[in-house]
Amino acid sequence: MSKFGDWLNERFPAREMMREHMTEYYAPKNFNILYYTGSLLLLMIVLQLVSGFLLMAHYVPTSKDAFNSVQGIMYDTKWGWLIRYMHVDGVSLIFILLYLHMGRGLLYGSYRKPRELLWIIGYVIYIMMMGEAFFGYILPFGNLSYWAGQVITSIIHAVPLIGPGLTTLARGGPGVGTATLERFLALHAVLWFMIIAALIVLHILALHQVGSNNPDGIEIKKLKGPDGHPLDGIPFHPYYTVKDLFGVGVWLTIFAAIILYAPTMHGVFLERTTFFRANPMVGLPDVTPPWYLAPYYAMLRAVPNKYYGIALMFLAIVLPFFLPWLDRNPVRSSRYRPVYRIMILVMGITFFTLAWVGEQPPLPKYFLIERLGAAIYIGFYVLLPIISSIEPTKKVPERVRS
Amino acid sequence: MRKTWTGGLVAALATLGLGFAQAATLATPSYTFNKPTVIAGAKLFADHCSACHAVSSLRYDRLAADLGMTKAEIKKDIMLPGGANYLQGMRPTMTQADAKKWFGLPPPNLSHMVRAQGARWIYTYLTSFYWDPKRPSGWNNHIFPNVAMPDILAPWGGTYAKNGKLLQAGRESPALYHKQVAEIVAFLRYASDPSVFERRAIGRYVLGTLILFTILAYLLKKDYWRDIHNKDEAEKAKDAKKAGSAKV
Repeated sequence: MSKFGDWLNERFPAREMMREHMTEYYAPKNFNILYYTGSLLLLMIVLQLVSGFLLMAHYVPTSKDAFNSVQGIMYDTKWGWLIRYMHVDGVSLIFILLYLHMGRGLLYGSYRKPRELLWIIGYVIYIMMMGEAFFGYILPFGNLSYWAGQVITSIIHAVPLIGPGLTTLARGGPGVGTATLERFLALHAVLWFMIIAALIVLHILALHQVGSNNPDGIEIKKLKGPDGHPLDGIPFHPYYTVKDLFGVGVWLTIFAAIILYAPTMHGVFLERTTFFRANPMVGLPDVTPPWYLAPYYAMLRAVPNKYYGIALMFLAIVLPFFLPWLDRNPVRSSRYRPVYRIMILVMGITFFTLAWVGEQPPLPKYFLIERLGAAIYIGFYVLLPIISSIEPTKKVPERVRS
Repeated sequence: MRKTWTGGLVAALATLGLGFAQAATLATPSYTFNKPTVIAGAKLFADHCSACHAVSSLRYDRLAADLGMTKAEIKKDIMLPGGANYLQGMRPTMTQADAKKWFGLPPPNLSHMVRAQGARWIYTYLTSFYWDPKRPSGWNNHIFPNVAMPDILAPWGGTYAKNGKLLQAGRESPALYHKQVAEIVAFLRYASDPSVFERRAIGRYVLGTLILFTILAYLLKKDYWRDIHNKDEAEKAKDAKKAGSAKV
């Protein structure tokens, strides 16, 4: 090792990087189950790259052949079903992990100073992921793909002045067709993916600059031992690498069980209407987004006016960027903030209720739920600066609870 | 305290689950979903359905690979329409042009129909026809009103009026008839998801390997983390001792 190692390290900082990011990166020792989500997200994105690459090798991005080429993968390609189910189910699992990962940030105040930029980069990754999922959604060109493509690109129409021109540019023509599939494939597989990959690198670098937060929201760097290392910190490698390896085992078991026994998850991970070929002459009774985008769709529908609805949806997407400055309480973790904890609980239930209602047909009986949900979602951000500056807090311990 | 948010998450997921519950009006086909059922369904499908309906995504040779049928059996029982090619998708006897002339619409390709509509819907649809003299074909359907397809299974299952009264008994007992319709649905379910038997066959080995890996990873983790726990215990003991001596 050492001779080759020396040769390598004179030319490339391998040893130094290993030290900085693994063996001498001190992470708090009290990580709970929610702290598996980061490494699992990284794993899932690599798996999406692998399965996506294999899918692309068989896919034809034309309106005439796209549907058939995807079915060719499912019926006639050796292990084709495996790579497609991996890719499709992987998306839903990534969003489950993303929501847990972001929910953890809310629970333990991980967005607070000095981690504002870490939060913002992460949130940009989430928004890019929504775009990535949308592009991918259109590619199999089932009827749902076609109509979802029409509806979502028509949102661009609402941009003042240049809206109609931008819509045509996005679609590559007046409607969704071959040109749309070609550019969406390019965006999905090249541009968006490259940007997401780069942002993930930035996210990890920013994390290692400020250090990981923990469920107690205590800054472990404040209390250092005589060796200069945080008293409550342990080296990421080997402690968290072996711990994450266990998480990977559990997660892959769940992932494999879904692929092997419930690949469409009863129409939730792979919708029924994607099994009809795209047909501009046959509308769908209701075009609903996949579950992970449905909360925003529900908020869009909560307002009867298209333009105000779109404005509300964008507001809902943009608001979390301001979290680090909206929260004014000196205490980070919800463990020591009973009122804030209730707010997050209500927010979480609201978000999943919106996801459910966004999947329902647009019937008047759901309007109240949509409006109430939208009001609570926006209300959380409006009330946070006020409540966080007056809420009672419990005493925060000096050391993390293990 | 930490349980509060886990409880909330469970509640939220439960709400989500309720939303996915299907409409309760559909009948459930009763079959054991295995290869013999699907083979029986494939034969019935070839006899009664493939005159009009294609299953273009499913090549005939997949029946050999997935279900274990022999090539001779497939040629004799399944490849009924003239001109069917063993290496190509399942095709109907009737041409699309004739179908359009006779029924007004070409009969749909059934490759993905179960994935698109659900097995319960297909089964309910096939058993919900009634005699309606006002329709050009003489048939109507309770869950698909004014459908172009006639009840081609009526000679076996019997002819019913809209109110459910039996107008003319079929050749088969209702029990046998419903079993056979369920077998056709089972075949269509396989046709829309042809990897199902392969997935089930490898399922236990894949999951077994992964669970074994998980157990090993857990033991490895436990071993590595032993010194962290020991250190914590030692610190706790020291704190307790300190507190004890302070009291004295």
